[in-house]
Amino acid sequence: MNRTLAQIETGESLPEITLEPVTRLDLIKYAGASGDYNPIHTIDEEAKKAGLPGIIAHGMWTMGNLAKLFTPYYEDGFIEDYSVRFKGMVFLGDTITLKAVLLEKSENKLYFQVLAVNQHEQEVVKGKVVFSLYH
Amino acid sequence: MLSQFIGHASGKVRNTVERGAVKKFAEAIGDPHPLFIDEEAGKKSRYGQNIAPPTFPRVFDYGTIPGLKLPPKGLIHGEQSYHYERPLLIGEEIECYAQVKDYYEKQGSQGKMSFLVINRFGNDLDGKLIFKVEQVIIITEAVRREMTV
Repeated sequence: MNRTLAQIETGESLPEITLEPVTRLDLIKYAGASGDYNPIHTIDEEAKKAGLPGIIAHGMWTMGNLAKLFTPYYEDGFIEDYSVRFKGMVFLGDTITLKAVLLEKSENKLYFQVLAVNQHEQEVVKGKVVFSLYH
Repeated sequence: MLSQFIGHASGKVRNTVERGAVKKFAEAIGDPHPLFIDEEAGKKSRYGQNIAPPTFPRVFDYGTIPGLKLPPKGLIHGEQSYHYERPLLIGEEIECYAQVKDYYEKQGSQGKMSFLVINRFGNDLDGKLIFKVEQVIIITEAVRREMTV
């Protein structure tokens, strides 16, 4: 059983999640589910034509994954604000780790820094989550 | 170049938060949590219903902003943000539209970079905001040159 989010203290982190290495099938599934068929995410030749060494993950795939750190806590509250900057590309075979650390808390809001890093500890997505607590 | 579109919006488009689409999306982001996909879990939750993951609004139809044509390739997604008044419930109907919030250019080491900021909105059928999305798209000089006819 997860402890509730309201008990977390400033400076503490949510349990990290490390994803399986990114596969082409992951990106094909995301393209289908999201409707984003930009071929640089699925077809090698198109990625190369765009000057990339290979296909790259949709930024929104990584952002979507990152939000799951908060999914166990939706009985306590909800994500009121979620904003990120796409800082680096995610390639096939990359191993992405998802992190969230509590920066600040008020009576009914929790302010997290959220981060997705690759296997070289390079930041690929960085942003903030404001989690609004129910009373 | 695109500054004349600032403030321009699409017409409102009716969308449904579809159960099947939410399941497919939740699986595609590796988050098939019962609260998103299991009807019983949804009923027992505080929402009395399943909800959609926060980045789900990617799938809705927001209509088109008249005259705004972006190239299908070569755009860079710079930033993305979501604001929610409450989670989206499965089965509910919403009205969506898009609006150009801003456009600006900056001189960078790779030439002139252009930034297009687009807002996307989801309202309930009474016109009350449920979510607002902000997307920053970066257009490089090479792509921008091709757009200029």
